[in-house]
Amino acid sequence: MGGLRKKKPYKKFLFFGILSFILYYLLLAYQDFILEICSRGRWYALFPIATAFVFSLVHGNFTDAFWSVLGVEPKRRKEVK
Amino acid sequence: MVEAVTHGSFIDLNLVNTLYLIFVGFVGGLVSGFIGSGGAFVLTPSMMSMGVPGLVAVASNMCHKFPKALVGAIKRAKFGQVDVKLGLIMGASAEAGVMVGAHIQEFIKETWGDAGSSLYVSFAFVLVLSIVGTYVLLDAIKTKNSAGDIGSQPDNAIIRFIHSLRIPGTMVYFPSIGKEISVLVTIPLGFATGMLAATIAVGGFIGVPSMIYILGAPALKASATELVIAFVMGFGGSFKYAWSGFVDIRLAMLILLGSLFGVQLGAIGTTYVKDYMIKIVMGTIMLIVLVSRALMIPVYLHQLNLWITLSPEMISWLKKISFAVNLLALLVGCTIVLGALIKGISEERRLRTKEALTMAEEKK
Repeated sequence: MGGLRKKKPYKKFLFFGILSFILYYLLLAYQDFILEICSRGRWYALFPIATAFVFSLVHGNFTDAFWSVLGVEPKRRKEVK
Repeated sequence: MVEAVTHGSFIDLNLVNTLYLIFVGFVGGLVSGFIGSGGAFVLTPSMMSMGVPGLVAVASNMCHKFPKALVGAIKRAKFGQVDVKLGLIMGASAEAGVMVGAHIQEFIKETWGDAGSSLYVSFAFVLVLSIVGTYVLLDAIKTKNSAGDIGSQPDNAIIRFIHSLRIPGTMVYFPSIGKEISVLVTIPLGFATGMLAATIAVGGFIGVPSMIYILGAPALKASATELVIAFVMGFGGSFKYAWSGFVDIRLAMLILLGSLFGVQLGAIGTTYVKDYMIKIVMGTIMLIVLVSRALMIPVYLHQLNLWITLSPEMISWLKKISFAVNLLALLVGCTIVLGALIKGISEERRLRTKEALTMAEEKK
């Protein structure tokens, strides 16, 4: 069960980590402009929706790699709960 | 207390409330990952206790949630926990519920302003949390006392009735339940789930318990299937709110920042604990959040000039206590989930070492 140790996803961690940092930097640096777009409504609604998808994808990949790099993994053995 | 200045419906962000939002997101995610979904019930009140108006808190919360729900649904589908058919059928009626619920929210906001909207959201929280929280907690205690094996528990009378119900032309087989159920039962449940999602950003409160206690789905599959419903209605609801300009994408993304760290840790946590533990966490946090929201109701009533007049000191105290109680809910959630995770991981490592030692001895 101990078996082969999985290689830790350092590349994924770094790539998405940097990308995530840039996205959050842009979000906070240009927040006035971003809020202005959000409050316009109507078809501008596509902006927050698309933003949510992009951030989720990038940051999700980063956090996924983050816990793997730290070695926090789900329980592997199966037992009767 | 982390209270923000508002400009219109959007708050000003400084370093303190930015960090606080990330923390709130982390705990929300942790709880969310741990109980399957629905952890957002700590997010809406936490945002509101910072001074974000109810409608913006609900809209932003919804917007941070739906892509996460999609990712979660895909992941848990790989573990075979998702009943896609049930998710999509409930999701379709939930979408209708969201549209109606969002329309009511917008009407309240237009008519009574931010205080009216916050009162409506808080009242809905108090009502729903008191019912669901008490039930879930009692059920958790009952499950724990009966040796913790929920698989062997007999179905309740409602489940037996629903399973025996035969309405020709409406019966659909759901793999997670292993039985045919009439869609005339799932449609109102889905609709109510959507209505609630549009009101407090947490449809899971109706979705998950109704799948467990009314349809008779196993807890793990119900919480996984809820992610499909959450995605379908979250996408529609977010778009509807964003169309009216109520989504504060900064809040949504800051919550997401913490939440994605938490949600994965919480999901890992579920693999180490017993089912009743998940229910205890859910029930406990619900009841604490309930108190926090209930404390703010007199403040909103005062702001609306309805029945109550409060002194400025009283308002300030109520806001502070409500904030503190909300923080307590976050800390309790954080402690229980992280505690279970740390204990589980160390036990797992100890067992693995023991196993390796036994194997080494056997080889000799």
